[in-house]
This record gives sequence, C-alpha cells and structure tokens, in this order.
Amino acid sequence: MHLISPVLWQFLIKWLTNFAIFPPEASTIAPYADALYFFLILISVVGLFAVALLVVTFSIRYRQELSPVATQIEGSTLLEATWTIIPLILFMICFVWGALLYFRIYSPPPNAMNIYVVGKQWMWKVEHPGGQHEINSLHIPINQPVQLTLISQDVFHSFSIPAFRVKREVIPGRYNTVWFNATTPGTYHLFCTQYCGTLHSQMIGQVVAMTPEDYQAWAAQSISGTSLAQNGERLFASLGCNSCHNSGPNAHGPNLASVYGAHLQMKNGQFVTVDDAFLRDTILNPTMHEVAGYAPIMPTYQGQVSEEGLIDLVEYIKRLDSQYRIEQTIDNSGAQPVQTGTTPAGTSAPALAPGTVKP
Amino acid sequence: MSTIVKLPDQSTAQLPKVSYLNKEYGLKSWLLTGDHKRIAMLYLISITFFFFIGGAMAGLIRLELLTPPSDLLAADTYNKVFTAHGIVMVFLFLVPSVPATIGNFLIPIMVGAKDLAFPKINLLSWYLYIVAGSMIIFTLVAGGVDTGWTFTTPLSTHYLNTHVITAGLAVFVAGFSSIFTGLNFIVTIHRMRAPGMTWFRLPLFVWSHYAASILMVLGTPVLAITLVLVVLERTIGIGVFDPTKGGDPLLFQHLFWFYSHPAVYIMILPGMGVISEVISNFSRKRVFGYTAVAFSSVAIAVFGFFVWAHHMFVMGISNYSALVFSLLTMLVAVPSAIKIFNWSATLYKGSITFETPMLYAFGFLGLFTIGGLTGVFLGSMGMDIHLTETYFIVAHFHFVMVGGMLMAYLAGVHFWWPKMTGRMYPEGVSKLAAVITFVGFILTFFPQFILGYLGMPRRYAAYPPEFQVLNVFSSAGASVLGIGYMLPLLYLTWSLKYGKIAGANPWQATGLEWQIQSPPLTENFIETPIVTHEAYDYEWLESKKGSEVPTVG
Repeated sequence: MHLISPVLWQFLIKWLTNFAIFPPEASTIAPYADALYFFLILISVVGLFAVALLVVTFSIRYRQELSPVATQIEGSTLLEATWTIIPLILFMICFVWGALLYFRIYSPPPNAMNIYVVGKQWMWKVEHPGGQHEINSLHIPINQPVQLTLISQDVFHSFSIPAFRVKREVIPGRYNTVWFNATTPGTYHLFCTQYCGTLHSQMIGQVVAMTPEDYQAWAAQSISGTSLAQNGERLFASLGCNSCHNSGPNAHGPNLASVYGAHLQMKNGQFVTVDDAFLRDTILNPTMHEVAGYAPIMPTYQGQVSEEGLIDLVEYIKRLDSQYRIEQTIDNSGAQPVQTGTTPAGTSAPALAPGTVKP
Repeated sequence: MSTIVKLPDQSTAQLPKVSYLNKEYGLKSWLLTGDHKRIAMLYLISITFFFFIGGAMAGLIRLELLTPPSDLLAADTYNKVFTAHGIVMVFLFLVPSVPATIGNFLIPIMVGAKDLAFPKINLLSWYLYIVAGSMIIFTLVAGGVDTGWTFTTPLSTHYLNTHVITAGLAVFVAGFSSIFTGLNFIVTIHRMRAPGMTWFRLPLFVWSHYAASILMVLGTPVLAITLVLVVLERTIGIGVFDPTKGGDPLLFQHLFWFYSHPAVYIMILPGMGVISEVISNFSRKRVFGYTAVAFSSVAIAVFGFFVWAHHMFVMGISNYSALVFSLLTMLVAVPSAIKIFNWSATLYKGSITFETPMLYAFGFLGLFTIGGLTGVFLGSMGMDIHLTETYFIVAHFHFVMVGGMLMAYLAGVHFWWPKMTGRMYPEGVSKLAAVITFVGFILTFFPQFILGYLGMPRRYAAYPPEFQVLNVFSSAGASVLGIGYMLPLLYLTWSLKYGKIAGANPWQATGLEWQIQSPPLTENFIETPIVTHEAYDYEWLESKKGSEVPTVG
C-alpha cells in the first residue's frame, strides 16, 4: 500500500537511486586527479572531525551545569605550534601534489597530435590538421596524446572536459594549450565553463573518443575541403606574404623555411623560440617581435585574417621545412588565383560545404 | 571564587530615560546625524533591505535550476538574475555587513571613544552606499546587467548591451563607501583608544576590524581603477584590455582579483572578530592564545594580498608564477586553521551556555571549516583545473561567505541586539532559526560540491538532465534556508516593541560596551573610561560587581 501514487513512487525510487555522484574516468590524467581528490577529502574529513570532536566534547564536558566556573587559561605555545605545524605540513603536501598534477596536465608530450579549437559566442569550432571541421563536437582517438591549441575570436571561454579532468581558458588574442590522452571510447560532455554571455549554457558539445581504427575511418570520411596547411598556402599567396618572405637574395622579410622552432635573435639581443603564438603575433602585430637584421616594414594583418585563417597560416609555416616548398607556393600562386579569403575551407573547393561534418 | 555566573535578573531592568535612540527625534536627526550608532542603524536597515533583494534573486536562481532546461527564466534573464545576486550580495551586503553595522556601532565604544575619528566621513560613507545601492536598483529596474559580478572583459566592454556602465560606477561608488569606513576605523583604533587601552587589551573584534580596514583602504582603490578602465574601454575604447589594440584581457583578471581576493578577507575577518567575542563570552573564558588570534588576522590581511592569481590557474599564466601563488595560498590557509583550533580550545575548561549567538558561532565553526578545507582543494593547482568554474567553486565560497560570514553576522546581531536596542530578542524562536539556517544551508550547498566534481559549470541556465537530482536537493535546501533568514527579520522587528528589557549587561560580558547603559548615550561614556584590565577578564568583572551597587538601566 502506498501513501502516494504508485507511479510517482516508482518514479521517485528510480530517480533517487539513479543519479551520478562521480564523473567517468576517461583519460590518463583522471586517475591522478582523483587520487589527489580523495586525499584532499581524507584530510578534510579528518580536519572537520577533529574540530567537531573538540567542540562537541568540550560543549558536553564543560557546559555550565557540569562546569560552573571557568578556569582561565592564557594559551599554550606548544599546542598552538602543534596546530600550526600539522596543517602547514598537510597543506604543503597538497601544494606539492597539486603542483605535480598541474605540470602533468599542462606539459604536453612531444608526440601529441595537435587539434585547433576556436571558441566564439556560442559555439566551439574544431579544426583538425587534415581538414576535418567540426562544430560543438570533438572526435579524438584513444591511447594517443592529443594537444588542443585554443583561441577565442571574441570573449573569454573555457574548454572543459570533466571526464578527462582537464580545462583551459580560451582567450582572445593568445593561444592556450591543453592536452589529454583518452583511455575509454565513449561520448563525454564538453562544457564552456567561463561565463560568455546569453547562451553560455548552450555552448556545450560532445567529445567522442574512438578507437584508433574508428578514428581513422571517421577522419577519412569527414574531410571537407583541403588540409589546414594547404589552405594556409593559398592564403599565404593571396595575402601577398611571398612578395617579401620569398627567401630570395633581395627579400625584405626573413626566410620562413624551417623557421618554426628556431631560436631567433631579436633587435634587443634576446633570443626567442618561434612557436604558434610567435607566428600569430607577428602576423597581426609585426612590431611586437622585431627580428634582428630586418627593418620593421611589415604591415599589420589585423582584421584581414580570421582566427581560422591565422591557424591555416601558422599550420602552413610550421610545415615549411625547405626552400623548395616556398618556391612551390610562389609558383602555385600564379596558377591558382584566389581571393583574400577568410573562410579557408571554401577557397578551392566550393562544392564542398565548409563547416561541420557530423557522423 | 565559586559563585555561579548567572544572567542578571532582568525583571527589574528599565530602559534608560535618555539614549542615542531618543536623544533627538525626527527624520532629519537621523539623516544628518554624526553619531556612529545612528549611522550603524542606518546601515543595518539598508543592508537588510539589500540582503533580501539579493536573497530574492537567489530564490529565482534556485527555482530556475529545479529543472534542466531554462524554462522558468530565459537565458538572458537568468544571467541578469545571477549577476544581480552577485553584485548585491558582495558589494552591498557582505562587504559592509559586519564592519558598517556592528563594527560602526562598537569600535568606538570598544576602544573607549565617543565616536569615530571622522563622524562626517562616516555619514558620507553611508550616503555613498545609498547612492551605489540606488544605482544598482536603477540597473535592475531599467533592464538589468548581465556581466556577472566579475565584470569579465572583453564581454563587459564590447559584447553586452546592458547597463554595464551604471553597474560599474555603482560598484566604484560603493568602493569609496568601504574605503571611508576602513579609514575611519584605522584612525580611530590608532588615535582614540582610552587611557590604559593598549593594543593587546583591545578585544579581538577590534583587531580583526583593523586588519580588514587595511585591506579596504589598500585594496579597494585597485578595484576602483579597474572599473574606471572598464568604463573608459566601453565608452571611448582606450584598449587597455583589448587584444586587437595591443591590450591584454588577462590584465583585467589580475587587477580585478588583486582586489577581489583580499575582498573575501574584508568580508570574513570582521566575522571572525564576532566569533571571538561570542565564543569567549559564552564559555566565560579568555580567548585561547589571544596574541596568536590577533596576529593571525594581520597575517591573513598581509598574505591575502599575494594570492590573487589562484583565480587564474587555468587562464594561461606562467606555470611557475602559478606555483608561487599556490604556495602562498596554502600559507594563507594556516592562520585560519590556527583561529579555528584556538576557538575550539577556548571552550576547554569553560563554563559553556548555549544561547542563540553561541549556536550561530558553532554553525560558523563547522561551515567555515568545510569552506576553508575545500579552499585547499582549489589552492592545489592540479585539482583546481578540474574544479574551477564549476559548482564546486560556488559551494566553496558560499560555505565561506554564507556559512561563515552570514552566520557570524547573525551571531553578532543577536549578541549585540540588547546593546543596540535595549531589548532582548526572543530566545526560543531564535534558537530554532539558528538550527533551521544550519540545516537548510548544508542541504543547499553540500550537493553543489558533488555537482562541481561531476563538472557542472557555474552560471548555466540549463544543464544536462543527469545533474537534476542534486539540484533539486539544493533548491529544497534553499527554501529551508529562506525560512531561516525570514525568521530573524520577523522576531527582531517584533522585539523592538515587545522584547524583554535587556539591562546594561545581559550577557555578563567584559567588553567596555557592556559596562555602559543599553542602548548607550550619544556620547557613549559619561566620563572617559580608564582601562585597567585585559580583554576577556571575567574575574575582573566579578570583582567589579562585588564592589559596586548593581544598577540596572
């Protein structure tokens, strides 16, 4: 006999016994993060229990009925030192452990495959180097380190995958990176966790972790347009970059062959390693890094290239490993005149719609 | 001495003929007053008003989150509601709560002075508060603002069409109100202590207010500058925070948190002062390790300035600077732990009674301990990556700010209510309210820790359905909590007319404020007191009573 409707009763039972209290562990990081989490819970329970024990015991033992007159005690240096040093040691353990985890999460391994993510109000645009584009979803292979290079084209966003225990702020004007190594195939939540305006709570998506074979199959059928580097090559030509960066004897700009990863000397004598952020900065704000030996004559391309276009250019320059590739670009640019495009995928293959291909 | 300390017989107590409340009459005598006690009352009424506005917003948030889709409120409305909740609660309630009401009332009396050092600046501070509050009310009525209380750029500067400038300027003005209060306290505590009132005879309430005042005076100008830059960026586009003009949006985060992290200590330190007074009084004992508790307040204030970037661990600051900020964050947790243990040890060999302020203080101890320890989760860099920007953060700071600060505030209001009004609150119903608040609080915010670890992001109008059950618990708790906060409003108002007459020292407390009539005279003291005893010297109080004809009222 039920006091309330049996249907409602069953519903309540099902509902109350069936809710998540712990997220799935789906990356190599997750067990490390959870271990620290449980340690922190342990010291919190011990700390709370210690305080509760003191307060409850004293409240019972020294309530006014049992202890009509208080004994005045000044303090005790020994006791105070004890409860200064024990928490301090515990907190230092948390600090060291947390720092180790932090460096693990934010130091990508060198063999990680790189995927670009552009955040905008209110969607995630994912660009795979092979030319696969996705919106609000991210397909990745398991057992393979994946690095995400993140940038926003408008406001702050934050890219969070709770099942992987990773998160990184997505900021306008600078590349941030995060990496993970998924371990279990499945579909996981992808959240924007930094408040970004009206549809902040709709800026969600899914991360699809797949076996390497499934991923290969997905990647093969999801190519739209050409690879990011190929798009970059066209953009490089159409923006006229090669009129200066042509590696010729009278070139006004530095030779870009094998520039990625190089240590360049700046005018102020410092050495800077060329990375994604350096390349992006020099395209938009050429005077930010003035390379020794070259006059600051490069115009800014601020406002002329979209974030996706910049990613294409960066990806192209990254792969410029020889003189020959630059000359090829110059030759190609004559053969394939293109407009100054801001949508990289649409430039040479208008028949293929740019944007997402969702399986 | 073996006399059992009993509360004095209040049946013979009478209200004094002249007090600060009835010295002058009329609206003008209140609005142009220089009396710190009257200004404290003005503050008390205004922050209570804003507390219930902020509370109504919280109610709307919890109602919306009862179901996964954004069905009660549209996404934009939800954003405006949580922004209003944050701005009102942080800048118009928590920051002024204890200092501007209880602190304003008590600091001059506790140090043995007639008033604060600058009575007119004190009044100005209340007027600035009212201007700021009116501007916030205007933004609410005129269509709201949806930046979040953090005013994150470039969202606030380039992408929103709501009343960002009005709200930003309102917080700017509220900041000056807070600076003036802090300035007044610092000068008063330095220069106006009565003869014999040395630094180490000051009640710990004064020490914690001193520490909080330093933070107010040094931190708030940075917030003011930041908000002016936001307004300039929005109006004339100066580009300090705009990457397309060579600015840096992370700079905003640094500047904002340079104030807003110390701000949480501005909020909690005065509450800690209240807890020291209450626990000492209801266990009839000197606070265990007075100097350690006093200096831990100062340590919190000093370290509190150097931990701001722990709000930015995922934002792409250098890993090594994150390391330094994490280390300092762990260090700032230690003085709080010292305080908690010293308060617990104060109970040892005391003679403990359990009046309402003590119940709230026990609530504070439990909830603040949870809030503090979950802060260690967030200070631990690798853990912060997963937990930041989720409901774990929401739960953590509500445990500290509501579980800690609001409990302390209510403890203080009940403790000093007889001094402020001359009448007692009703003991039975107020104990009930304290218990309801505690239970409602745990039910509301504990599920949010679990939601946070599951990854539910904060500031979401809609959420995935698997998070619903915990959200329903939280909303149910919020309704209990709502009752817990309505009750004091009702019975304290009732007690203004019908409460028992309290007499000068209903708690048999040792502070200077309890040695004068309740409610006090406008001048506080008939003659300048000469202090010959330490703080919390209950034996002095006993001997004083023995040598004196008791006069109540």
